Amino acid sequence: MRYLISVIDDKSNPGSTDRRPAISAFNERLVAEGHWVFAGGLADTDAATVVDNRGEQAVFSDGPFVESKEYLAGVWVWEAPDLDVALQLAAEASKVCDRKIEVRPFR
Amino acid sequence: MNDVDAREAITRAHHAEWARVVASLTRRFGDLDIAEEAAAEAFATAVRRWPADGVPPNPGAWLTTTANRKAIDRIRRESRRDDKHKEARMLHGDVPPEPLGAIDDDRLRLIFTCCHPALAMQTRVALTLRMVGGLTVPEIARAFLVRETALEQRITRAKAKIKAARIPYRVPSAEDLPTRVSGVLAVLYLVFNEGYLATGPDTDPVRHDLTAEAIRLTRLIRALLPDDGEVAGLLALMLLTEARRPARISAAGELVTLNEQDRGAWDADLIAEGHRLVRERLASGTAPGRYQILAAINAVHTSARDIRDTDWSQILALYDQLVRLDPSPIIALNRAIALAELDGPQVALAAVDRLEDKLAGYHAYHATRADLLRRLGRSRQSRAAYDKAIELAGNTAETAYLTRRRDQLR
Repeated sequence: MRYLISVIDDKSNPGSTDRRPAISAFNERLVAEGHWVFAGGLADTDAATVVDNRGEQAVFSDGPFVESKEYLAGVWVWEAPDLDVALQLAAEASKVCDRKIEVRPFR
Repeated sequence: MNDVDAREAITRAHHAEWARVVASLTRRFGDLDIAEEAAAEAFATAVRRWPADGVPPNPGAWLTTTANRKAIDRIRRESRRDDKHKEARMLHGDVPPEPLGAIDDDRLRLIFTCCHPALAMQTRVALTLRMVGGLTVPEIARAFLVRETALEQRITRAKAKIKAARIPYRVPSAEDLPTRVSGVLAVLYLVFNEGYLATGPDTDPVRHDLTAEAIRLTRLIRALLPDDGEVAGLLALMLLTEARRPARISAAGELVTLNEQDRGAWDADLIAEGHRLVRERLASGTAPGRYQILAAINAVHTSARDIRDTDWSQILALYDQLVRLDPSPIIALNRAIALAELDGPQVALAAVDRLEDKLAGYHAYHATRADLLRRLGRSRQSRAAYDKAIELAGNTAETAYLTRRRDQLR
């Protein structure tokens, strides 16, 4: 079972910025234990562009698709046998990243 | 076999076997929906067949076998088996009879699945009552004053989440067990409290069906986890509370407070059982948790021949212990009621007034203040506090009691 792990940051109350070494160590463990599929940190939402080509011509607009103080700061994809395993890892990930984490299964 | 006997046998079987049947089907088919619908169909078949054919010698086995067949029929009929595993499991043939221990383990898995922390608290309550307790959706909706359609949706969404997010059907691992059990106990305590002080203008003030169901499920957990102190504590607390139920509502439908209750009407058997559990916990020598302390407080109350005989210093000492574990304002409010008996209403009122910020929207805060102000002869302020309490109280018997007390003020 695959889970998308979203790391959620908060513009008005951001998490700490010195998390890199701890996250690297955590990632090594994910690889060693067979949970690792993919991960990536995202650039700031200011770097986002929204594309809408559902109409007659494509519209490109500056900025994130939702304007809110909470935003997606990074993602993991994990392989885990069930939600309990994913939640336990997510609880650790939240400490390691110092941010909120959303766990969502792939279909 | 007459119809009445058959009906009684079905009611008994529903109480005793529903959770077992649902649990064993959930294990076999890995799907709460299929398990629940097949169990319901098996009981419906029993309603048709037992009056004519007689009650089978082993109703539980009959129901499980019938439900298994219904589930297989259903899966074949719907032929939405994208998942080959399911088919393989389904075609595995009739499930061999399980040793009792394994089946009980199944029920425990079912309870932990329904009370999973990834589900909202209200959803856990609804799902537990439906899947483990066998209550119907209209029954649960009535108990918690929600619309049936909304409740149905909540249960459907919960089942979908269990499936899609793969919430496991298992008893949590040893290190997770204490925290997960506490979630289960919280669900059962909520069910009990809703039964004991039912809210809403159109419900009975006491819902015996809900208190009985909560006790039955807690007994089940107790049988499955006999060494857990908090499980024993919650069971004792429920039994000692339930014991007072016969004396708690007057013939006129008004709440009767502890100091005015006819103690001869209390259920002596439930009290004896509750006291036995509390003594057992005291003898264990391990530090008590919240439910064990609450049970001990109720044991002191139910040991007293009348209200004047109550050992209030013991009760206050227990509340002091409880405040350290659970510094919630509601505990502080209840502690203040014991304080009034020992140090007088003036001291208690000062303690209660300190809770205003946190409890201004809670009817019991105003009811307690009203009583203390009345005892201090401050009638005008007491009346205002009763008015506020009446406005906020949701229980019809309690509203009747508060209204009479207010109207007696001079």
